[in-house]
Amino acid sequence: MTGEEAQTNGHRIGVYVCHCGTNIAGVVDVEHVSEWAKDALGDRGVVVGKDYKFMCSDLGQELIQKDIEREGLDRVVVAACSPHLHEKTFRNATERGGLNPYLCEMASIREQVSWVHTNKAIATEKAKAMISGAVERVKEHESLEPFRVPIEEATLIVGGGIAGIQSALEIANAGHPVYLVEREPSIGGHMAQFDKTFPTLDCSACILTPRMSEVGVHPNIELLTWSEVEKVEGYVGNFAVTIRKKASYVINEDCTGCGICWQKCPKKVIDDKFEVGLGYRKAIYTPFEQAVPKYPVIDHDNCTYFEKGSCKACEKFCPTEAINFEDEDEVITVNVGNIVLATGYDLFDARRIPQYGYGRLANVFTSLEFERMTNAAGPTDGDIVLRDGVTAPKSVGIVHCVGSRDRNFNNYCSSICCMQSLKFAHLVHERTGAEVFNFYIDIRTPAKEYDEFYQRVLDEGTRFVRGRVAEVTDAARLPGEEGKLIVQVEDTLAGQQRRIPVDMVILSAALEPRTDAYETAKKFGIACSANGWFTEKHPKLDPVATMTEGVFIAGCSTGPKDIPATVSQGSAAAARILSYIEMGELALEPVRATVIAEQCSGCRICNDLCPFNAISYDAETELSEINIALCQGCGTCVAACPAGAITGTGFSNEQVLAQIEGLLMLNVEPQPVAEPA
Amino acid sequence: MKYMFYPGCSLHRSARPYLDSLAAIQEKLTMELQEVEDWNCCGATEYMSVYRAPAHALVGRNLALAQQQSNGSDTVMAACSACYLNLEKTENYMRTDEELNNKVNTALAEGDLHYDAGSIQVRHLLDIIYNDVGMDRIKNLVTNPLEGLKVAAYYGCMIVRPDVNQRWNSPEYPTVLEELMEALGAEVIDFPMKTHCCSGHMTQISSDVAYELIRRLIYGATHYEADILVTLCPMCQLNLDAYQIEMNNHFDTDYVMPILYFTQLMGLAFGIEPEELGIGREFVSAKQALAKIGAPVPDEVPEKGKPRRKKKKEEGLPMPQVSTRFNGGSK
Repeated sequence: MTGEEAQTNGHRIGVYVCHCGTNIAGVVDVEHVSEWAKDALGDRGVVVGKDYKFMCSDLGQELIQKDIEREGLDRVVVAACSPHLHEKTFRNATERGGLNPYLCEMASIREQVSWVHTNKAIATEKAKAMISGAVERVKEHESLEPFRVPIEEATLIVGGGIAGIQSALEIANAGHPVYLVEREPSIGGHMAQFDKTFPTLDCSACILTPRMSEVGVHPNIELLTWSEVEKVEGYVGNFAVTIRKKASYVINEDCTGCGICWQKCPKKVIDDKFEVGLGYRKAIYTPFEQAVPKYPVIDHDNCTYFEKGSCKACEKFCPTEAINFEDEDEVITVNVGNIVLATGYDLFDARRIPQYGYGRLANVFTSLEFERMTNAAGPTDGDIVLRDGVTAPKSVGIVHCVGSRDRNFNNYCSSICCMQSLKFAHLVHERTGAEVFNFYIDIRTPAKEYDEFYQRVLDEGTRFVRGRVAEVTDAARLPGEEGKLIVQVEDTLAGQQRRIPVDMVILSAALEPRTDAYETAKKFGIACSANGWFTEKHPKLDPVATMTEGVFIAGCSTGPKDIPATVSQGSAAAARILSYIEMGELALEPVRATVIAEQCSGCRICNDLCPFNAISYDAETELSEINIALCQGCGTCVAACPAGAITGTGFSNEQVLAQIEGLLMLNVEPQPVAEPA
Repeated sequence: MKYMFYPGCSLHRSARPYLDSLAAIQEKLTMELQEVEDWNCCGATEYMSVYRAPAHALVGRNLALAQQQSNGSDTVMAACSACYLNLEKTENYMRTDEELNNKVNTALAEGDLHYDAGSIQVRHLLDIIYNDVGMDRIKNLVTNPLEGLKVAAYYGCMIVRPDVNQRWNSPEYPTVLEELMEALGAEVIDFPMKTHCCSGHMTQISSDVAYELIRRLIYGATHYEADILVTLCPMCQLNLDAYQIEMNNHFDTDYVMPILYFTQLMGLAFGIEPEELGIGREFVSAKQALAKIGAPVPDEVPEKGKPRRKKKKEEGLPMPQVSTRFNGGSK
């Protein structure tokens, strides 16, 4: 064995340096670096050193392919952008050249060099060091084969709002089974509470209920309302999901949904869910007339029988003996290949801004209360009235951005409130003829037909006052204010403080993540943004996937959005899942961690650290085990293991140490390089 | 519990009842107060906006003295809102603005003083009573609950805004004082003007503006049927109490809304004699209101050498006003 062979181990390595236009070439002398690689690293196995304007272009990729064939390369190093962007591209090019794709390594000389340095000489030297490290590392690479996992055909959808309904129907209509879990007694979500939808003003129920009943009767959809997911185990293609079906005390098989039970039930309860506290329901109830399924549930905490031990009026009057007070929760497990989380949003609690008076001043309403009020099936039969239930307001103030775009609460824009407020203004005009003031910061009407609607509402004579409302008060001090609610606001267009007396104030409250969004995310092994919305795999290019394979997200659970965007996401998530189901099996990245059994002490430090719940402790063997289908190869456990008992394919000790050694070799003296002109 | 105490000028003069009532309840609250020796003016409300560095140096001297004299406590308590805000502002800006810190300390060095920003905690009396003493202890101390007394809790602007260290539950709609008043057994009304302006020094500069701002608050408290308006700021107390009569003259109204310090009501609830709490020295007598809780209030103590001024003759045209309509509001 000659000296040269000892260093190269017979490797034939190609180094490709990307200009990335001027992104890299503006700061790094790329021509020099590529020549240096060929000359100076020749004795370390580098046989090809090339630079190219855009390595990610077809022509750039072809360079790699052809060199593998012609020059007999067995390793490839691409010095370009971050592997987050193009690792897959260059692995594919390597594979097309006939090599195993994992024999390609990237050196990030854009994000880690050219974008963070200005001195060309130093940046060029650093790029060389990065390449030197990558060359040493790639020699330690092994050929890897992706894992293949079969995909269970059934899908779990969590949340029966319009996003979940859409996903369920798309998948079920394609012929695949769906479990739709909803924690309320009926599907429909927030959309079922609305009266009209903007900007077309078509009736929300009229467009929603056909979808709901389609779900209800669909042979491929198993509807699990009044149920909650308790536990999720397994991985993409093969999840085992434990679901608690809460006791409803109604035997669905016998119930005809006739409604006698809730007519006869003597216990009236304020409905703080569907009617948002503005109306009543009984202790046995369905949330609304068109509920799907039609079966009622008994509200255990408010039922007279459960409180006092006697009543059972519903049981006495039920014509089909469908009431069962002995009913208990049932826990079931279903196997699914993919999951869609469409868990929606909660409304910002307007009591958190006490100076707006909600909860203190009777005639201050939230947006959702107003939705119920305008709904013909709502507590006022669609009449717009003050809290006394009879008086129509002569003037109404609508406050935008309550809890949104407010550094004290939520920095983000809730996206739907402008259009919703415009819709309210229109409905007030149409139904009461009252004068309407919109108090806004900016009007945001960017979607199809939205701005036209804004102009229509302007033409109807709605007043617009630009400025954040300081307070809503009943403390009158000027003539005409007695008995009114006074909106104190800085009119930033007129440049003055104004006090506008109105009869009714509507607070367009922010959309917020569900209060239990973090727990839900943890249960399903996904992440939340700082605000609490579910995090997408990529906010632009992969908006319905998550970092956990097989778990998809749709609708307002990922951030505030209107109905069209929500429905689009429901369909998009379904499309992604249908393609998985169609493939039958899924290839997973083989970059995974493994436990070396001999070295594992069973200390379990790694178990809780894993962000993907991929590590569990086996009490019998007293070892920690990694579920390779859940492992995403992040390396946290490898770094944390005190015994060094976890290694990762793709980031083994040998590979990382070789890379460090290569970085430190710097067998080149810093050369003075011409500063960029 | 030991605290450094910065009384400020008001507590020794116009707000004497505040100081007296604090002294009367301090022992029951197990608060040990050590007055900062040789303290000087806090700069009141305007100085910081006029000359920034000298104003902070003025306050910085008090902080430096407090640091020097601190003996087992790093907390300086102020009962006056303006003092509290100025001390808090200077502490905060010296901590976050190196240039200002250097300037102030250069000035202090002339008097052989130095203040290490961040070494003193500035807190208001109400904050200490609410958080350190705590509502449970307060409730246990109550011997004469203020049952039947309707109280409007009024904060004014300075202690809650800007709340640089987030010491209050809400800068717009705080409820700490209300909780305290409820603990004393009083009936607390929802008073939406609780953080509105008392007119500050407008009484000296533009009395028309001041009268209107005072009228709003007095009218509001009356409209919401309060027996008494309770405050925690000497300036608020002075403006609403001492100028209430002039305001009434100005608008031709007849409001009677006594303005007391919260410490005075605490003392009454703890069974301390009204005289000891400085009750009776207010311009608008609280006698009638306090009769509701059976408190024997001494007759008004006449202010010596200060006969009540008659309303000045207005020069020129009067301001357009809205007064007559609201006469019905007063009870």
